[in-house]
Amino acid sequence: MTDQAIPASPIETDMEFIGALQDKEPSTPPRSQWKDVWDQFRQHKGALFGGGFLLFITLIAIFGPYIWDVDPKELDIRNKNWRPIYILLFNGNAMAGWSHPFGTDQLGRDIMAQMISGGRVSLAVGWLAMGLALVIGTMIGVLAGYFKRLDFWLMRFTDLVLALPVLPLVLLAVTLFRQPLNAAYGPEGGMFILIVSVIGFTSWMQTARIVRGDILALKEREFILAARSIGTTPAKIIRRHLLPNVVSPIMVSAALGLATAIITESALSFLGVGFPSDYPTWGKLLADAVSRMQEYPERVLLPGISISLTVLSVNYLGDGLRDALDPRIRGR
Amino acid sequence: MLTFTIRRLVLSIPTLLFISLVIFGLLQLAPGDPMAQVPLTVPPEVKQKMREALGLGEAWYIQYWKWLLQFFWVEPLVFTDWLFGTGFSDGMQRVISWQTRSPVMDIVVQRMPQTLWVVGLAYVVGILIAIPVGVYSAYRHYSLFDQAGTLVTMVGFSIPPFFSGPLLIVIFAVYLGWLPSIYDTTHVVRDWASFKVQFFQMIMPVMVLALQTTAQISRYMRGAMLDNLNQDYVRTARAKGLSEGVVVMVHVLRNSMIPVVTVIALGMPAIFGGAIITENVFKVNGIGQLLLTALFANDLPMVMTLTFIFAILIVVFNLIADILYGLLDPRIRYD
Repeated sequence: MTDQAIPASPIETDMEFIGALQDKEPSTPPRSQWKDVWDQFRQHKGALFGGGFLLFITLIAIFGPYIWDVDPKELDIRNKNWRPIYILLFNGNAMAGWSHPFGTDQLGRDIMAQMISGGRVSLAVGWLAMGLALVIGTMIGVLAGYFKRLDFWLMRFTDLVLALPVLPLVLLAVTLFRQPLNAAYGPEGGMFILIVSVIGFTSWMQTARIVRGDILALKEREFILAARSIGTTPAKIIRRHLLPNVVSPIMVSAALGLATAIITESALSFLGVGFPSDYPTWGKLLADAVSRMQEYPERVLLPGISISLTVLSVNYLGDGLRDALDPRIRGR
Repeated sequence: MLTFTIRRLVLSIPTLLFISLVIFGLLQLAPGDPMAQVPLTVPPEVKQKMREALGLGEAWYIQYWKWLLQFFWVEPLVFTDWLFGTGFSDGMQRVISWQTRSPVMDIVVQRMPQTLWVVGLAYVVGILIAIPVGVYSAYRHYSLFDQAGTLVTMVGFSIPPFFSGPLLIVIFAVYLGWLPSIYDTTHVVRDWASFKVQFFQMIMPVMVLALQTTAQISRYMRGAMLDNLNQDYVRTARAKGLSEGVVVMVHVLRNSMIPVVTVIALGMPAIFGGAIITENVFKVNGIGQLLLTALFANDLPMVMTLTFIFAILIVVFNLIADILYGLLDPRIRYD
């Protein structure tokens, strides 16, 4: 102990220990938050595949009709009940060919074109319903979290809506309001608006609760106090300081919401209360094919697998997002 | 705990009233006309009288009040009459279905056992599979079993019942011919042979519903176990020299069951909702099927009552979940 070197002056040791303070610039380039998130996201193979597949199927739904420009509603009764192209491998005499790679249905409509336009509808319903639910949920969550006066009533309202039986109510609304909306916007547009709004209005509650919880915690932090002390208005505090901080829980619930919306839309079509019968969606194609699935199993499998794979990839994407956006897990 | 239970019970009354008002409002706004099926030769004034006979001429609040009275006062009285053979409900107007002209509750009581058997059994089977899977995949975290389990639960979560149902029918009923494709609700179990028939026809609907339950609950079970396995008390238990089986199956499992039990209670109403689709696929004539046919037939009293029963299920199971959470976890005190 005695022969321990006694430093000449305390400042000198400090300079030694806090050498980093003398650096004129950071030794490594600064990393943005989103770069960290992306690095963590890349670790999750399933999420990467999920995101890739979702992008792929969305691109097909958007650009597919321009590449495969067969009209999905065109009847060609002479060429009905074609089998998909791979059947030729087992049975050389089967009705199949490159002009209809996935075959045709009982009225001679091309199944590939139907799958593409069905995917278009299903994904559009999913994205829009999810967007609607997110907007409502975020709005209610932020209002309830930020304004104490509104909190009690908005949360009681959320609890009440959570206690509503969703699938029966959705069925009810879709069956009962089909006619007036069809008269106003046409059979396809009316149904589209109805299904999107019904799903959106019944699935915002989880987002609202998560956002409210986060806002309640964030509101007490110093940077909000600082913002308020320089006279920032509540609207600006919410826009500039609170919303960017709740993006991650919103994104995770967006992924879950997309999956639920796609499944609910397909379930409605499957039960026969969705879109009109000549308007293909994945659920509709599946429902129409079930009665003939013994002879033509591919017509059930194609839409069924599309729905399941899309939902699976969205679920994996949500899983990966949750891991990537959680700073406690990130960098582990 | 008791005061909390009573408070929650009292609070659930306005909730239920609000839900019934929402459903009633939806039905009131709906443009469907129960007289649409009546032949055009019937003169309009007769139609008007028929409408009034159905109680449609009244203002909406009177209709709503009468429905509340019938559902919360007359139907329980009918039930006590049936139970004790008394005559309280004599001459009282019950909720009448427009389709069958018979009391709605009688039909619901007829249909309930089918739904309860399929849904209830599916839930039990799902839980029995999910808990061991969740426990083992958490214990062997990142092992092959865990990875496979995660994949299977993710897939089970993602395949909707209206796809897995027909798929199972094609494989097991059409190609293999092992199981019947539809559920025969008139089948009576008398002896071993008829029990076997009943058993075989239940396998597919039960498994389709159980797949969803298993996927969800085993994820929760795994998460809860993972949270607990790294806690200090587990290290203490191991340091005391307790065997690994006791540590995992007694100490960790009991603590992990707390959130899982509430999830099980909360998932109960959702599985009744999911049964609407499964019942449709396998032609089980339970209450989900009843709701669908009533909707298509524009039978408003039936739809109103059934949807409200679903709402009651949700409220009751939310209550049960909250109470169970308080009972199981002594750290949680609501007072």
